[in-house]
Amino acid sequence: MPVSTSAIGKTYAPTTYAVGREKIKEYASAVGETNPVHLDPEAARAAGYADVVAPPMFAVVYKSPAVIPALFDPEVGINFAMMVHGGQEFVWSAPVVAGDEITTTASVKDISERASMGFFVFETTSVNQRGETVCVGEWTNIVRGV
Amino acid sequence: MAEFTEGQELPELRVTPDRFLTYRYAGASGDFNPIHIDEEFAKGVGLPGKILHGLYTMAQVARAQTDAGGGPESLKRLKVQFRGMGLPEQEIVVTSKVVSVGDGVATIQADAEQNGTRIIRNAEAEIATD
Repeated sequence: MPVSTSAIGKTYAPTTYAVGREKIKEYASAVGETNPVHLDPEAARAAGYADVVAPPMFAVVYKSPAVIPALFDPEVGINFAMMVHGGQEFVWSAPVVAGDEITTTASVKDISERASMGFFVFETTSVNQRGETVCVGEWTNIVRGV
Repeated sequence: MAEFTEGQELPELRVTPDRFLTYRYAGASGDFNPIHIDEEFAKGVGLPGKILHGLYTMAQVARAQTDAGGGPESLKRLKVQFRGMGLPEQEIVVTSKVVSVGDGVATIQADAEQNGTRIIRNAEAEIATD
């Protein structure tokens, strides 16, 4: 069954994620971060941050509520049994600290097909409570046997 | 800020995720796909067992860059392609090499290898140099 490209350009409702100190610590611990700016508010303040700062890859945490509805959109039509996460890119432009509120908008950037594989590309833009862009992300999911 | 020169190799990052890591990462990230946390389910869909989250492995590549760059804000961009699958209880080695330096940015190429297989290959990173 060929992929449907009708969802290209579709944009989803923004989601807002409130960044918590303990969540940053939980994430940082899970990925093995040892830099105290992620774990200790005093160390973070000494380094010039208002509170503990998120590791860059914490972007997956504040972006996921925006990405999931796009991934599961029936119009996009991903067959999850055959899906693999093919690639990922993030571009960071401002730090995220505990207490920030990050609003993320997801859209379908591209859907294509080659060699019986579907390529589904999603883009997310995240801004903080001051309207500054903190991170743009691109997910590429590959579905075999389309 | 760190100084970089073309061709320079950044410090290797070595990490061995323990057998319960995928549960902690699932909780931290919110990704509870059973291929990462259910041994029987993973085997049932043809995997060798529970596999690591690709974004966990990407986070190890990111960590090698921020360690070399001098902190979380040094990493400006990271792009990876996932190849093969990572497994718990086996060492991951992240290697990184400076490809070019200019315009306030060092461009890095990085790989994450486990058991002789590159599970992330030709990752591109940009680290701020000023």
